[in-house]
Amino acid sequence: MRAPDLTILVMDENAIRASIIEEGLREAGHSNVTVIHEVQGVARIIETLKPDVIVIDIENPNRDMMEHLFQLTRTVSRPIAMFVDRSDTALIEAAMEAGVSAYVVDGLKKERVKSILDMAVSRFNAFSRLQRELAEAKSALEERKVIERAKGILMKMRGLSEEEAFALLRQTAMNEKKKMSEIAQSVVTAAGLLM
Amino acid sequence: MMTKIGQSGSDLPTPARVNGEGPRVLRAGFIPLVDASVLIAAAEFGFARKEGVTLDLVKDVSWANVRDRLAFRQFEIAHMLSPMPVASMLGLGSNPSPTITPFSLGQGGNAITLSTRLFERMREIAGIAENATALENAEALAKVLEVMRKRGEPLPTLGMTYPFSSHNYEFRYWLAAGGIDPDRDVKLVVVPPPMTSDALAAGAIDGFCVGAPWNMVASERGVGRIVAAKQDIWPSAPEKVIGMRPDWAESRPETVSRLLVALDEAARWCDRPENHDALAEALASPRFIAAPVDIIRHVLAGQFSLDAKGNRRIIEDYFTFHRGFANYPRPSHALWLYSQMIRWGQAEFNERGLRAAASAYRPDLYRAALGTGPANADIGIEGERDGDRFMDGHVFDPSNIAAYIENFAVRSPLADNAERHEI
Repeated sequence: MRAPDLTILVMDENAIRASIIEEGLREAGHSNVTVIHEVQGVARIIETLKPDVIVIDIENPNRDMMEHLFQLTRTVSRPIAMFVDRSDTALIEAAMEAGVSAYVVDGLKKERVKSILDMAVSRFNAFSRLQRELAEAKSALEERKVIERAKGILMKMRGLSEEEAFALLRQTAMNEKKKMSEIAQSVVTAAGLLM
Repeated sequence: MMTKIGQSGSDLPTPARVNGEGPRVLRAGFIPLVDASVLIAAAEFGFARKEGVTLDLVKDVSWANVRDRLAFRQFEIAHMLSPMPVASMLGLGSNPSPTITPFSLGQGGNAITLSTRLFERMREIAGIAENATALENAEALAKVLEVMRKRGEPLPTLGMTYPFSSHNYEFRYWLAAGGIDPDRDVKLVVVPPPMTSDALAAGAIDGFCVGAPWNMVASERGVGRIVAAKQDIWPSAPEKVIGMRPDWAESRPETVSRLLVALDEAARWCDRPENHDALAEALASPRFIAAPVDIIRHVLAGQFSLDAKGNRRIIEDYFTFHRGFANYPRPSHALWLYSQMIRWGQAEFNERGLRAAASAYRPDLYRAALGTGPANADIGIEGERDGDRFMDGHVFDPSNIAAYIENFAVRSPLADNAERHEI
């Protein structure tokens, strides 16, 4: 028989990441998922929602505030503690590394929480990877743009062909042990000063 | 610009790998507060390097993160609230994992600030003077709360930093000394230190107890009035400590020893007024506290702007980083913190708790590294010396904690279990 559906609260200031987690939870068959982006009024939300599991990003400075709420029995009827499985510290270490933490109500089976946390960790990591790739793509695009501009300047000022301008930039970068985009940036800066 | 101390002959770093204890690069978590000074100075001004230790300082956003990152080996050591190792050893709170402290980061630094609005009502209703004492201020607040209750106004919301914090216990101590029940007459909430001033300005809270420089940031902005300093409540009250895992400390005695020597030197340096400009400049940097350098300089000098109207107060020894064995991890202090946890219903009183609480503070490691320590006993009576009294005149006798708690008129009903467990 299936265990009753868990009520899950996701607290993440990053709305995009929160929706990625929410989607993952729904795909895994959890339908009682609530997502909030700010802590205002969180005490009331916890009181009315009575979540079994709370997933929170650890860059959120309000973790201390959450833990204080959990200390106050008048705010929550069932004790809530951070999810820690001492027999599986690798999972918790991976979670800290990924930047996610989970709180669970007293008496919840750890296997049920583990799958939720595993999912959150992998989605958090996927999100960071995505962000990193986006940042890299952006900077690659910027680099290409500056090389194009430097090439144009060299072609105009030294009367070179496109291939010759490119070769000159590459050769200079190799000689100076620098990245081609750095040399290109110098060319663009210098041209800005001279022209 | 950061200034580094000069590297002359004897300052040459020792090899970073000795005796098979592994590389001596210690990741150290901290929260942006002036009481992290000794740790920051040890890293920035060459004291750690001189001992062959590299401190990799990592700024964090919450005490819960600091605790968890230490527990799960992302940090080797951490700037922690003095009650955190005690709570961990007692198994209290979220994720309690064994934590000890061999070194306190000094004394002082906290204060209580109320909104200027609330302070105006204290003046109107209780007629207190501009230079009222901490106790007079607390009693005046009690009178205001009485009026608010009669008029059916909502309870004031007061901010502190963490359930197991010196701020929680000092705020409660001050309120209770004035006859205010912190669990019934006001609403205590947690606000991250850098947000306290904004929260007060926005009216989200009516007061807070937090470490420097955040009280002065609020008073200089004209949104808050400082009504008590830590020195008024109990000058010796433990503040921040260096926390570490006991298994880690046991397996690296040489590293711990070198770290303590470096911290001791850094603390001695931080105490000297002639170094305060360099220290203030380092602390003000965005890498550390990211607050105005002038405010930090005033905080280090104990020159307090109580409000934006120009009321000032000089607090002698507002920060003590080293002298008088300020870094000695005194088990008496751990037991006093335990007594406050019992008083407010966070912990139960029993023999096992006593042993666990005292074991969080490790004067043996301090003495082994530095070869010195105070002459008085590790566990003894607190608050009976002139210049070191509690604001309400109570004296803490660690051998009779139950009676100590019972003597407080204001305490949590949960604390009354303590009497039945008297030992």
